[in-house]
Amino acid sequence: MTAPTLERLKERLARAGNDVSTAHGMPVIAFPAAALLGIVQELRTEFEFDLFLDVTAVDWPGQAPRFEVVYHFYSTKHFGRVRLKTRVSEQDPTVDSLVSLYGSAGFMERECHDMYGIAFRGNPDLRPLLLYEGFVGHPLRKDYPKEREQPLVPYRK
Amino acid sequence: MTKPNLENTFPNPVRSAFETTPRDDTVIVNIGPSHPATHGTVQIIAELDGEKVLRTDVHCGYLHRGFEKECESHTWANLIPYVDRLNYVSALINDFAYCEAVEKLMGIEITPRCRYLRTLLSEYSRIVDHLTCIAAGLMELGAMTAFLYLVMVRDYMYEHLADLTGARVTYSYGRIGGLARDLPDGWLTRLAGILDKYEVFVARVHGLMDRNRIFIDRMRNVGVISTADAVNWGYTGPILRSTGAPRDLRRDTPYLAYADLDFAIPVGINGDNYDRYYVRMCEMDESAHMIRQLMDSLPAGPINVEDRRCVLPEKKLVYTEIESLINHFKLVMDGPQVPAGDVYSAHESPNGELGFYIVSTGEGIPYKVHARAPSFVHMGGVHRMLDGYQLADIVPTFGSVNMIGGECDR
Repeated sequence: MTAPTLERLKERLARAGNDVSTAHGMPVIAFPAAALLGIVQELRTEFEFDLFLDVTAVDWPGQAPRFEVVYHFYSTKHFGRVRLKTRVSEQDPTVDSLVSLYGSAGFMERECHDMYGIAFRGNPDLRPLLLYEGFVGHPLRKDYPKEREQPLVPYRK
Repeated sequence: MTKPNLENTFPNPVRSAFETTPRDDTVIVNIGPSHPATHGTVQIIAELDGEKVLRTDVHCGYLHRGFEKECESHTWANLIPYVDRLNYVSALINDFAYCEAVEKLMGIEITPRCRYLRTLLSEYSRIVDHLTCIAAGLMELGAMTAFLYLVMVRDYMYEHLADLTGARVTYSYGRIGGLARDLPDGWLTRLAGILDKYEVFVARVHGLMDRNRIFIDRMRNVGVISTADAVNWGYTGPILRSTGAPRDLRRDTPYLAYADLDFAIPVGINGDNYDRYYVRMCEMDESAHMIRQLMDSLPAGPINVEDRRCVLPEKKLVYTEIESLINHFKLVMDGPQVPAGDVYSAHESPNGELGFYIVSTGEGIPYKVHARAPSFVHMGGVHRMLDGYQLADIVPTFGSVNMIGGECDR
């Protein structure tokens, strides 16, 4: 990203009370979950982040709030990247969906919902995607044991 | 004997987005997940009006094998064979993208020779990947000769890569901080020979296909997507470029040795199947052009960095001095100790942006590894290219998207 855009972005978001830092050359913005849609809207319209790259979560058991939802954006105009981070609790792992802003959010949020049980408010289609109907639990949570089996068809005795 | 009621015993693992049709003259058909006409294990549920596709619901996940979960219980170095199996057609690019992400966290700068070799092998892999995609796509349209020409060249490349890495497809050749081994004698000479062969056969495929009436009728104005739509649905790589947008990470955010190279970014006009075919064909030529530049300017020197945090000590030293023995033991048993933090690193893979988001807590085993696979994101928007066309168009359109199950389903 060109330096002025990056500086302007950091200044703007820091002014709004968000935690702005830089990690390995990428601006990282941490903020409360309620602010998500507003910030993404601003990134999209004012800073031309038109490509929604990725959403995933990191599970930190023992910390409160437990889940860190991580977004990555890219701009096909100025080639900058930005990472957004927000925290949601185990009791209410809900963030707003970005499907109204980016088409690509649909599938990626479905995957994140599969793997971590993050609920994306406003995503009309959170059916299992990489998993299947009837799968119990969220495999990428740290308390899901790797060896757990969920045979769809019972094993032959 | 009464038949067991299977429907009640085993639930259907897939729920379609639509089970009823609003009109009574349309029909819902199921294509896949294992269908001879689609390459890749994917299920497409489509509503048809005669031969016309009205809407589709694409299901992936049939090759899901818990890649990201598995990553959380192996050392950073042991993951290299796993990342190979994401996009198994261009495994080296996955290797290098993953290694670069770990190297970023460790603050390692790879040696110039390694940088050039990784670039050269990335471009070589890109040719292999595009050859496979085009060959399979053409075969699905009945072009058997073109298919055989292309996979023959591909096999020269596979055998040639096996000379270097010991495997034809899944190489496990990248290392954190370098590469597994240097080039064998005569490898570059053979590479030049293969590139000459490649040119002969790709020229024949151009001759067979480019102005072929049947081919054009099947490809032109089929599966069209606009630049705005492509960006909105997260498309990157040849699909985005086929819409006319010259967006390529190798040019826009140069990594490895791409800043030193001369290359063009081929773009399409229309964003249809034909453009995707042609963009890939031209990209292979650019890759060959880049490989030739890299062969001429390949720097001498070591391929691995001098960093005992990640690179194994020389075998001779392991056998003769205790420090190296311990170093070797700790690296193999505990894995490289990667400083705490998180990083996202992206490479231009043959399908688009391949990103690794990795989180370390300062141990030898990753806390989290997430692969941003282009194929997966592309599957989220592929219905935009299928809806409104003929049922038979699903086959070439899906082929031109080049969905790779390994990276899509992880």
